[in-house]
Amino acid sequence: MQTVKIVVTGPFSAGKTAFIQTVSEIDVVETERKITNESEKIKETTTVAMDFGRITIDEDLVLYLFGTPGQRRFDFMWEILSEGMLGFIVLVDSTRPETFREARRILETFRAYAPTPYVVAANKQDLPEAWEPEDMRIALRLSPRVKLLPCVATDKESVKKVLLELLYSILEEINHD
Amino acid sequence: MALKGNLRDFSITQLLNLINLAHKTGLLRIRGPKSEAAAYFRQGKLAYAALSDQPNDLASLLYREKKLTAGQYRAIRAHHQRLSDTALGLLLVNAGYFTQGEILAVVQSAYVDVIKRLFTWVDGHFEFHSNAPFPKGRIPTRVSLENLIIEGSRQMREWELLQNEIPDLDMALKFADRPDVNLKHLNLSVEEWRVVSYINPKNTIRQIARATKMNDLEIRRIVYGLLQAGLVELVRPANKSMPKPIHTALEGKTKEDQRSLVNRLIARIRGL
Ligand SMILES: Nc1nc2c(ncn2[C@@H]2O[C@H](COP(=O)(O)OP(=O)(O)OP(=O)(O)O)[C@@H](O)[C@H]2O)c(=O)[nH]1
Ligand SMILES: [Mg+2]
Repeated sequence: MQTVKIVVTGPFSAGKTAFIQTVSEIDVVETERKITNESEKIKETTTVAMDFGRITIDEDLVLYLFGTPGQRRFDFMWEILSEGMLGFIVLVDSTRPETFREARRILETFRAYAPTPYVVAANKQDLPEAWEPEDMRIALRLSPRVKLLPCVATDKESVKKVLLELLYSILEEINHD
Repeated sequence: MALKGNLRDFSITQLLNLINLAHKTGLLRIRGPKSEAAAYFRQGKLAYAALSDQPNDLASLLYREKKLTAGQYRAIRAHHQRLSDTALGLLLVNAGYFTQGEILAVVQSAYVDVIKRLFTWVDGHFEFHSNAPFPKGRIPTRVSLENLIIEGSRQMREWELLQNEIPDLDMALKFADRPDVNLKHLNLSVEEWRVVSYINPKNTIRQIARATKMNDLEIRRIVYGLLQAGLVELVRPANKSMPKPIHTALEGKTKEDQRSLVNRLIARIRGL
């Protein structure tokens, strides 16, 4: 049995757990905890270790989706998480420009560790406050070459599309070098 | 869809950068702690700007710039109270008081001053209304934003912010591929030119700082300005290896096996 993994990262409350939950065949492994830090208390729970979802591909291949914790004090885990991954997805909450700077930092850190392909998903595009993906591209300083996809993490088709775009990028890279 | 937020999280220079690079047309409204600002942009260029706490009609601008005497100003206020800026401008040009260029220069410098004042705002809710109509009766200008952005960045003093914006001095810089920006039209300072002269994917920001004898704060501020003006991009230094390359899932497999694995993933996810 072979396993491969894709890492889902992004700032606090970007929708990483929701994203993984939407396509995982198991309940996302419970690593949530009530938020104690008042400043980050915009919701009740946060991911403190990592999320963990699974998609069985066939008899001898399993895909794991790993979600990183969004709070900054878990930075040390990134290196461990990204070991052996196929690629990664950076989720950004399109309604909260206050998290864009953090998203840029995450992008730069991950790119430094991982020579793997990645895509960026502009999440929560169903909300009226959402910024346009193309505005976010500039705010996040993404070059035109990087895929930036509109996303609704609670919608299965939308999550599938993001995963597929990442896989297409991985395929392109294989065919390229 | 929305383009709104607070200057605390997304600064004026970042907003101008966005408007500039996306060639946006529309009205930017900012509610600051003491007054409100409105600025209009056309295709990413500044076309109009005003603050709610100062008079911004043409007669007032000309008077403030000492282009009108107090008497002339009063006369205009008395007789042409209801004229729009464009109509008054036309009248003054036709009557031979000013050339069109003189009027435009005064208006342009007033709009630019408004933007410069905005650089001191650290708090304020902003909203950009795409494709809103141009403010009625105002005289439109076409001011490129790059110089304004660089000027705004020069005023940045927040060490923490600069550090967050440019966390890694071991990154390098390269010129962005933007045909519409011409370095010659930028009002760069001597220090900024020195930094620009070292830009090359082989030189890290740290090396540039050393070569130009700048401290971390100085180099970060200049790089930030160049980044925001859309002139440069951060890149991994050309000759630097990855800090600690991780192993990817595909290592050690033949291309055929790699392709087949990814294709299996694709087929399965499509069918979910
Ligand atoms: N409307 C809308 N809400 C979403 C979407 N994605 C996530 N949410 C909501 O946003 C909140 C945060 O989502 P989470 O999945 O907990 O985010 P996270 O990135 O795992 O958060 P941390 O683990 O704390 O960093 C939850 O209330 C989700 O239901 C979306 O696409 N649209
Ligand atoms: Mg989570």
